Amino acid sequence: MSEITSGQRFGPSPGPRPEAIKAIPVRHTWRWVSAVLVLLVAAQLIYSIVTAPNLKWEIVGRYLFQGLIRGGIVVTLELTVLAMVIGVALGVILAVMRISPNPVVSSLSWFYIWFFRGTPVLVQIFFWFNLNLVLPHITLGIAGTPFFWRGPGTNTLITNFMAAVLGLGLNEAAYMAEIVRAGIISVEHGQTEAAQALGMTRLLVMRRIVLPQAMRVIIPPTGNETISMLKTSSLAFVAAVPELFTRGEQISSANFDVVELIFVVSVWYLFMTSILTVGQFYLERYFARGSQRELPPTPFERLRRMLFTFHAPPPMPAELLPPAPAVPGSEHR
Amino acid sequence: MVKAEAVHKSFGRLEVLRGIDLEVQPKEVMCMIGPSGSGKSTFLRCINHLEKIDAGRLSVDGELVGYRQQGDKLYELGEGEVSQKRSEIGMVFQRFNLFPHMTALENVIEAPIRVKRESRTVAVERGRQLLERVGLAEKVNVYPNQLSGGQQQRVAIARALAMQPKLMLFDEPTSALDPELVGDVLDAMRGLAEDGMTMVVVTHEMGFAREVGDSLVFMDGGVIVEAGKPRDILSNPQQERTRAFLSKVL
Repeated sequence: MSEITSGQRFGPSPGPRPEAIKAIPVRHTWRWVSAVLVLLVAAQLIYSIVTAPNLKWEIVGRYLFQGLIRGGIVVTLELTVLAMVIGVALGVILAVMRISPNPVVSSLSWFYIWFFRGTPVLVQIFFWFNLNLVLPHITLGIAGTPFFWRGPGTNTLITNFMAAVLGLGLNEAAYMAEIVRAGIISVEHGQTEAAQALGMTRLLVMRRIVLPQAMRVIIPPTGNETISMLKTSSLAFVAAVPELFTRGEQISSANFDVVELIFVVSVWYLFMTSILTVGQFYLERYFARGSQRELPPTPFERLRRMLFTFHAPPPMPAELLPPAPAVPGSEHR
Repeated sequence: MVKAEAVHKSFGRLEVLRGIDLEVQPKEVMCMIGPSGSGKSTFLRCINHLEKIDAGRLSVDGELVGYRQQGDKLYELGEGEVSQKRSEIGMVFQRFNLFPHMTALENVIEAPIRVKRESRTVAVERGRQLLERVGLAEKVNVYPNQLSGGQQQRVAIARALAMQPKLMLFDEPTSALDPELVGDVLDAMRGLAEDGMTMVVVTHEMGFAREVGDSLVFMDGGVIVEAGKPRDILSNPQQERTRAFLSKVL
């Protein structure tokens, strides 16, 4: 008796292990009701589209894998990759410039970001496309001196494709600069101090110590930017670049099947962004190694768990979530 | 080795150092104690120019910290020169500040390769020896987050030693450690002192100050209140303020 009332005992509790808890789970009636409602509305929507009187599904089928569309996909991917390469490379440079103690360098970066983030990307593409109207030749140096170089015509150098790449890439660099800067700020200041105390110079600290650690914060929003760029590249339409959307437009202006070709184009955009989304998930998972005790479940694991229990998968605890930095200016264009 | 004359430092309107005069001889181990906010860590950070002093003179090995004197004019040093001088002074931080994306060995060899332009073979060779010396021979390829606090701090000491510094600064090296792990770090520091390294140690470890320190400085409110042999100060403090502080920590 005295042992029990004291409430404390050394070592494991005596006796056999009590049986595991079995309880009847809470009934989620409203989950079932809402699921039925959503399914009904969705079925209605699909029915009205599929049976739309003037929608020619055979046209959608015919153009889905047509040569012009396939060519457009290739151009869209080229635009996306090139614009992102320019955006990331220039963005890192701009971010490092932005936090430089040199006032000339940092204000230059500030001005660049201010300008390229402050004007619509559509206008920027249009500007590069029409540059030859005001600058027929690319020139370097000081006019009237021997240090003057007159380059080829602007239209030879800046083709339609180049105009779109420049417009998209230079605009993207301004956004990437802010993402990279947020990543740099997220690295603890003690890292910089320790590196400086070892005699490392500012740029060496940045390259060897800070940027590698900033990657974990930089990667997720960069994935977002890539997905966004894939769709934004359709703005190259104004420079008459034969990318996916332009091709769809050209075909529909010839055969007047506008909605059918919008379907074709949308299917491809959805397909490509889906692939990128999966890629982004695994990339983030890869970069989270070492900083998390348990990796977040893959989509398949989450789906399996949900089907089993009809519970939404538990939200990830805050410490397991990849850090979501407050990226100034990452709002959507 | 270190000479301070009337060193002043303010953060905004807060005066953190209000005239510090002291001298550290080569091979001397100087311990600095005092309540938090007394300015001891700030003074330590001034020695390798992580903080700029506002007034007075501070020199290491006969050369001014952060400036060059020509005639009666002072010229600020450029980034390259400041870095060069920092590379000759090792520093160990309270929070270790190991580079988490590098293994223990990579932490140690990074600066010798990138700053001193040593060959990789030479740097790796000495890096292994240093890690062995601080008792971490089997932890060479382990990342910092898999090491205990005491092990991390010993890697940090090896990292600082890899630059073959002429002076080592310790900023409360054991304050962030579990009591059980303090001993290993202090042992590594004791070994260093026995090898004749010049050290300035900001610490709360009175035992270490008494046994290893050649001199002891008690700071409060941005000034040195009392300085002398550790044994004398710890057992027979002359100033009322020192007595009050020691009665609380001993």
